[in-house]
Formats: sequence, structure tokens, C-alpha cells
Amino acid sequence: MNSFAYTRADGVTHAVSERADEPTAAFVAGGTNLIDLMKENVARPTRLIDINRLPLATITDTENGGLRLGALVTNADTAYNKKVAKNYPLLSEAILAGASAQLRNMATDGGNLMQRTRCYYFYDLATPCNKREPGSGCSAINGFNRIHAILGTGTPTGEVQCIATHPSDMCVALAALEATVRVTGPDGDRTIPFAEFHRLPGDTPQLDNTLEAGELITAIDLPANGFSKNYAYLKLRDRASYAFALVSVAAALELEGNTITDARIALGGVAHKPWRRPEVEAMLHGKSVGNDVFQTVADALLDGAQGYGHNTFKLELAKRAIVRALSQAAKLN
Amino acid sequence: MTQQTYIGKPINRLDGLDKVTGKAKYAAEFDTPNLLHGYVVNSTIAKGKIKKINTQDALGLPGVIKVFTHENRPKLAWFDMSYKDQDAPPGSPFRPLRDAKIRYSAQPIALVIAETFELARYAASLVTVEYEEMAHQSDLEANRHRARKPASGMASLLKPPPPKPKGNFEAAFAAAPLQVTGEYVHAVEHHNPMEMFATTVVYEKGRNKSGGKYTVYDKTQGVTNSILYAAQVFDIPFKDIRVISPYVGGGFGSGLRPQYQLFMAMMAARELKRSVKVVLTRQQMFSFGHRPATIQTVALGASAEGDMTALYHSAVGETSQFEDYTEIVVNYGGMLYPPENVTLDHQIVSLDVNTPLDMRAPGGVTGISALECAVDELAFKAGIDPVEFRLKNYTDRDPLADLPYSSKELRECFRQGAERFGWLKRNPEPRSMRDGHNLIGWGMATGIWEASQAAARAEAVLLVNGKLRVSSATADIGTGTYTIMTQIAADTLGMPLEDVTFKLGDTDMPAAPIEGGSWTAATVGTAVKTVCEELAKKLFKLARKMPDSPFASVSFNEVVFVNKMIQLKKDSLMAVALQSVVDSNGGAAVRQISTGLPNMLKQRKYTRSAHSAVFAEVTVDEDLGTVRVTRIVSAVAAGRILNPKTARSQILGGMVWGIGKALEEESVIDHQFGRFMNHSLAEYHVAVNADVHDLDVIFVDEHDDIVNPLGVKGLGEIGLVGVPAAIANAVFHATGKRIRQLPITLDKLL
Repeated sequence: MNSFAYTRADGVTHAVSERADEPTAAFVAGGTNLIDLMKENVARPTRLIDINRLPLATITDTENGGLRLGALVTNADTAYNKKVAKNYPLLSEAILAGASAQLRNMATDGGNLMQRTRCYYFYDLATPCNKREPGSGCSAINGFNRIHAILGTGTPTGEVQCIATHPSDMCVALAALEATVRVTGPDGDRTIPFAEFHRLPGDTPQLDNTLEAGELITAIDLPANGFSKNYAYLKLRDRASYAFALVSVAAALELEGNTITDARIALGGVAHKPWRRPEVEAMLHGKSVGNDVFQTVADALLDGAQGYGHNTFKLELAKRAIVRALSQAAKLN
Repeated sequence: MTQQTYIGKPINRLDGLDKVTGKAKYAAEFDTPNLLHGYVVNSTIAKGKIKKINTQDALGLPGVIKVFTHENRPKLAWFDMSYKDQDAPPGSPFRPLRDAKIRYSAQPIALVIAETFELARYAASLVTVEYEEMAHQSDLEANRHRARKPASGMASLLKPPPPKPKGNFEAAFAAAPLQVTGEYVHAVEHHNPMEMFATTVVYEKGRNKSGGKYTVYDKTQGVTNSILYAAQVFDIPFKDIRVISPYVGGGFGSGLRPQYQLFMAMMAARELKRSVKVVLTRQQMFSFGHRPATIQTVALGASAEGDMTALYHSAVGETSQFEDYTEIVVNYGGMLYPPENVTLDHQIVSLDVNTPLDMRAPGGVTGISALECAVDELAFKAGIDPVEFRLKNYTDRDPLADLPYSSKELRECFRQGAERFGWLKRNPEPRSMRDGHNLIGWGMATGIWEASQAAARAEAVLLVNGKLRVSSATADIGTGTYTIMTQIAADTLGMPLEDVTFKLGDTDMPAAPIEGGSWTAATVGTAVKTVCEELAKKLFKLARKMPDSPFASVSFNEVVFVNKMIQLKKDSLMAVALQSVVDSNGGAAVRQISTGLPNMLKQRKYTRSAHSAVFAEVTVDEDLGTVRVTRIVSAVAAGRILNPKTARSQILGGMVWGIGKALEEESVIDHQFGRFMNHSLAEYHVAVNADVHDLDVIFVDEHDDIVNPLGVKGLGEIGLVGVPAAIANAVFHATGKRIRQLPITLDKLL
């Protein structure tokens, strides 16, 4: 662990300006991932800017009928918030499928988006890792890659550089719900559609997301439609709690009778970001619910997937999980 | 008034309150003024040499005192013998900082000493190392052709190699109408007790040869083991060193050998003449011993009627390049089943890994997990219910040693366990039971573990206030040693529990061996019983000498110790209070030290084992492969149960461990680096609460006056031994798939 300085920010502007003054500083909220990374010497911020006192810890209604989750609302408070639980049960269930009760009590919604991969090699300085040290190589490709990506690992040159996955459950639901991330940076405020917040590794795997230097997440906006009638979050993992997803599926359907009018499917544990293919989801529009059509969609979603040995089972597991999640969302069983 | 007795009662854990309120102090929690902190640097390669180790950046930080490496470490004991501990396998024990050679990945290579832990850790991150790398071998499967017989040594006394073949396995197997053969592969596991390994050495200046006095707070399963190691390696006379370990936050075998933080803290304290604390991190908990990876082959033959005729069980386990770690893996089939034709074989392969280390039910759970799956397969082939099959092939004698069992209520375990589980309702057909997507499976297995006893010493003192203090330098690794020893002492001297204190974990106390192998209740329990009986005799002698003693013409056999009194058996009014006895001792406490010894002459005529029958129910999602263990019933015959509450907890812990071993636990080594990669509790999966459902423990009555005077067999291992096989057999019954690799993760069932 490095020595570091500490600043307690007293407002969003203060926090952002502190960070602008010291680009090697990091924001800290719940710290449930950052502190671990610092202990392992993976993250070496020169300063922690503590944002816990910023007024970003409330859940409020938005003008267009949605909800705004302040960046500092804890994962636990979000999952158990009455409006979230009623109108966005997919999000509640996804949050509660993640981590442990103790971690959810500390971890914040903004921090959840910022958590880094659980790739074993990323955490162990003894091994090369392109995400930790660009250009050093990826140990996972030929190594122990049980929890690693099978989708979206391509690069412009064709040489795979990183097969890490994003570990969040919450983000899989946020991707399916098409949330919006609100950020404040040195150049002011902007919003980022959730699908554009996290990124694929390409040839810059050190970058997890599209935040500009010094930007701070202030809130996550949920649109009005929470798909509260027909949804499922299915998480498959190596034990029943406190394990990251091998594969997870957030499925949400709008139904008129048995006919699908809208569908969202996001996958966790398979890529560097929550995995969505809107054009595949569109294949469901106008179709009747049923395992055959779900299987077709599952096959299409996994199109182009590649296994690396230990994780090759995910190709089949993901398909089965998609069919199951869609069938649960459609209440077929 | 009848005397209250405590043995056999569900007494609450006496150290429980101190543990849950934080009063119980562990090795890392002891403090002293001007304490220095050490942080260990570990190697990043598996094999090679340190060319250069750069410590100047670390040393440049204010508050960093010293960086110890192989280049500047002090002179230490020369011979391997000095580094041998009570659990050392044959070979040359690893010596931290001995030389530039790297023998395994994460080997400790430097110790940074600083004023604070944080500073030491930061400074350690500035130590850089240049290596000369050599090709390493860490893959058991790829190296199994190099399997060889292990060397024998002192350790072979407790872990004898498999006996010579009996009959003619090949011929009998070839002729057997029913045959099964399978290869079983088990992953490496790490103990991962909750408490991190830590040593706090409190140094006091002195002009003696060793430069002072050392009080060592160590995480260990045996203070006697730690003191022998530290005294020999650092050439410190026993009078100048004392090791204390009142509480241990879990051991599971990891504390059976002195770990390197003890060496590091002692070395630094002796060299710097300062008090030093060294605490390992969770990641470093993966840098010492582990349960070895194994590959086993089991082949069984039976008659058409299901009578077993041929048994073959071989195991290949990994070890390091410097010690021959062995365990008893393959002998159990020969002890449990009657075939006349038996071949057993155990070999090891040296790899560039650290030496494996005994881990809960070492060998036993490995071998039984293979054997009992094979037996299940054979029963299925014979078309016989698995319980019926085991009863059909039941032995009252140990066929391997050709000795009777001192006691064996396994039949009763089958009966009571099956009844509690509802086994009779089982449809024998695999995939016959389901609930929606979930296939339901019922499986069972037998467990067995040796009932051992070693020698131990204990002290009993009747204090001037009439209370009893008993002590022995044993350990309580969470098993309930404090509680059961207090119960034994209270009953032996007829005292209420609140007037009796039992102390342990201090080398100023009479010596006891390491706490392992399920032998502590028998070993230390016998010492406590013996010392209390001998103190009783002493007290009786004193009582006889008292003025107007009612016992003047009475012999010891005619009195009993009850209600804090010595009483005449035939006339309870003729009594002397223990308080008066100690009062008559000229104001001094009455003290006795005794040794509890196993009665070898009696024991050697018998095989002494605890047994269990384990029944498990699983659900397996047919599409997704996820397994849940919804119920386990374990019926245990382990002699006398001293405390049903702590005993049940031990068995429950074993069952939870069994769930982890069957389905989750695996230290994955990346052979690119020869390094364990999932070195955290987030990625190394042990069972969590959500994995644990209905667990039921039955203790079957079992009387045994051969094992030891208390009739106890020990419970540390038997709770685990049969569980993984019962779960694997249940998975077969649910799915029709025989998975022979542990852990059974969902991908194996897709």
C-alpha cells in the first residue's frame, strides 16, 4: 500500500476541483473495492478525495416519471427503497444478488459502476496484466480464466488484449433498464447513456469506462418504465452468495397477452461491460412467448462468443441462462 | 444431596463470552511499548535464484529500521534437525532467507521492519527483486509419471505406508462378475482459518547468552512445537523463551507446523533486540502448506450377489522438492471392507510447490471421497441399496490389520441415520425424483477416522481459596478444549464447574503435543483425569492427617470426591471439605503434575476408529447445473461424547466443510507461473451461510474402555470424512452423472 494524502470534499465543485488539481488522486465513497486495490498495490492514488459528505445520498422522482439515484445512496438503501422495489424490482433483485449484506451497506451506487474487474491477474502484481500495466500482456488468455469474458474481446488488430469482465450485478440491471449516468467534471455537467458508460477493452483495456479525466458521477437516472411486471434476474455462480457471476442475465419483457411488445436482455459475467444487443432483442418484438423463440434469441446473443479454456462452458451456460431468465420473466414456469 | 456431574452435559463453551465480546486476545492483538512491525516480501516466481534484491528505497523511508534478506540474515542453526517440528515430514525443512534459491512461488524472501505496520507494508512494496528464472513444474497430472514411494521417517510412525498386497487382486478382479474402476482427481485446498497467522515477540533486555528474554505470542496448534523450533533455530535456552497462545482463531491443521512468521519475528527480535510483530495477510495465507492435489484410482470387484472380492486403491499426491509429505489415503477400504484380495498403493511427485500440510481429516477425506463413490457405483451395479450393500459387506474386525475393533457401532449409525433421513422412501433409480427444474438426489457414505492418543502432561492445583486450577500446554482451536477439560476436572474431583479453571496454550505449563488428528480430547483429557485422580490421592492423604480426621483408618478406595468434599462412600456424613484440607496444608496450595499415557499394551490388540454414516440430499438444476445441498444427516459413533453441544458444533463444522470440499473449494494453480491465483476469500470459495441448509447430527451410543480411560474417540475429523462422498453420490442419484473430480462445479454437470 502506498502512502496517500486525504481530503474531505465539502461540495461537488470542491471535489471536482481537487481532482483537477491532482490527476493522480481518486474519489472515495464506500471504498469497498478501492481500499482492497490499494492494499494490493494495484491502485496507488496519491490522494483520496472523500466524497461521502456530498449531498448525493437521496433518491428522488424525476420530471419524466423516473427515479434519480444519488451517487452516494448505498446499494442496500437502493435495493430496499420502496419505490425501487415496487417499480424497478429487477434492479432490487440484481443488487441483492451481489456481494454480501455488509458490503452492500457500505458500497454506493456511483461506486458500483466504478468497481474494477475481479480478474485474478489484475489483482496479483506478480503476473502480467494489460489492464493494470498496459503492454505487459494478458495472463488470463492462456491461464485460469474461469470467470473471464467470452464476448466483446476483439481489437482493431485482432490480437486479444484483455478478457476481464465487469463484475457488477447492479450494472447488468441498469443496462437492461437503459439508465442514464449523470456526471460533473471540470467542464461542467453531462449525461451518459448507460450502454455507453462502460466500454469494451479493445486495445486500451486499462480504461473501464468513458468518463473524462476528473469527472465525478453524481446520479443515476432510471427511466419511467421499470418492467416491473415481467422481469427476471438470474445469477449463476460457484456458491449461493458472495461470489461473482459466472453468467448473469437481466431479462425484462413488455407483454400484451402472450405477445412480446418490448424486450431487454443484458448479460453479466461474459464481457468487459454488461452485454446487450438491441437488434437481437428486437427479434422478440411481436413474437409469442415460448422457449423456442427464447432459444433462438439466446443463440443470437452469443453469436461470435469465444471461450478460452476454463471459461468455454459459459457459451452453453449463457444460452441456457438466457432461456431460463426469459421464461421466468414471461412467467412460463 | 446428589452430586451434579458435567461429562455428557451440553455445557456452554466457557470461552464463548470472551470470544464474542473481544476479550479473548489472539496472537496479533498483543501489544507492548515500542513494538516494531514486520512485513514479509514473497517471491513472484516459482523456481530460480535471486540475482539482486534492492532494498535501498525501502530503507530510505524514515521509520524503516531494517530489511532482512538472505544476504544479511543472521547466522542460524546449521542442521536440518534444528528446523524439524512435531509435524515435519521426512526431508529438509524449508528455512526462510536461507539462500538465494527460490523453491516455490510466494516463498518469503525478505522481511521489512518498520515503526508501523502501514510503513512496513509500504516499504515492502518498494523492495524490488531481479531473478534468474528456471523452468518449474507445478502440474501433478503432467508429472504423474515421476511418481515414487515417499521416504520414511519419524512421521511414518503416525502415518504408516500402505501394507503389502493381500491375496491376488488382479486375478480376483478379472474373475469378478461385477467390476467398477474410476480415476478420482481432487484439487488443492488451503486451510484459511479466520485468524491470520501472526507472531508478537515481546523482548526484555538481559545479559544472558541469548541477549534477553522472549515472550512469544504465536498462532499455533501447539506452543510446545513453537518453542522447540524457536529455541533450536535461534539457539535460545528454554528458560529464556516462553510461547503463549491462549486462543486460536481456527486451525484445521494449518498451525500444526511453525509457520514462517514465527521465524521472521524471532529473527528480527533477536537481531534488533526489540519487540517485533509479524502478521501475514490473507493473500499470504496461501503461501504455506495446503492439502495436496491428488489423483486416485479405485477398482472394486464383487460377486454377482454383491459380495466384495477385490479392492485396489492407489493415490498419487504432490509434495515439494525438499520434503516428502505423506498422508494415509488408501488404507481405509482395507479397514472397512472384507475383500480377500487387496492392493493399496500411495506415491508422491515432487513439484516446485511448498510442502503440503495436514488439513482437516488429512488423507482420510481424500481417500474416502474416492472409495465411497466407488462403493456406491458397485452397489448400483449390483442392484443393491447402498446401505444394504454396506451392511452386506460389513466387517466387525479390521481385515487389514487382522484385529478386532475396540468398538464399532457403524451398523447402528446406518440404522439411525437412515431412519432420521427417511432413506427407505428412496427410489433407487437415478433421475427419478424431481421438483420442477430441479432433480433431487439422495446419497450416502461411510466415514472412518483413527481414534488416537498420545502422551501429555497436566497440572492440577487446589488453590488456597478452595478452587481448582488445571493446566496443560495444549491448544483450543475452537473445538471446545477449555470446556471439556474443565468438565473432566470438575467431575474427577467432585467440584462445581464454576470452581474449576482450565488454562492452556503456555509453555510454562506441563507439555502437551500439537492439537491435531482428533486426539486432544483423548490425550489431554486422559492427562487431566490422571492428574486430578492423583491430586485426589494427595488430598486424601492430607485429610487423613488432619486432627480428628474421619478417615484415619480408611483407605482411598472407601471415599468419594463430591460437592467439594471428601466423603466416606458408605456414610456421607463422614466428610471433610476440600477447603479444610487445603487450609490444613500450612497456607499453601496443593499441587500435582502428572502424565497421561496411552495404555499401549491394551490398545495394540485392537484397531481403534470412530465411524459415521452420512446421508445427503441435493437438488441439481437440470439445465443450469447448480447444486444445492438441502439436507445432511450425519450419524456418528465416536465413543463417549463429553459435551453434546460442543461435539455437535464440531460435527456441524465438518459437514459445512464437506459441502465446501464437495462443491466449492479449490486453490487454482496457474502452471504458467506455478502460482496459486485465487488467493483471497472472495475467489477461494468456502461454503457460506446461503449454501448451508438442514444439518442434523446424531451421536450413536458407543461404549469403549480400550481407547482411553475416558472412552472418547475425538471428533475433529469424523464430521467431515464421509460428507463429500455422500454429496457426490447424491449428485449421481439426482443426475445419473458420476463426477469424479472435486469440487463438483456447475460446469461439470452441464
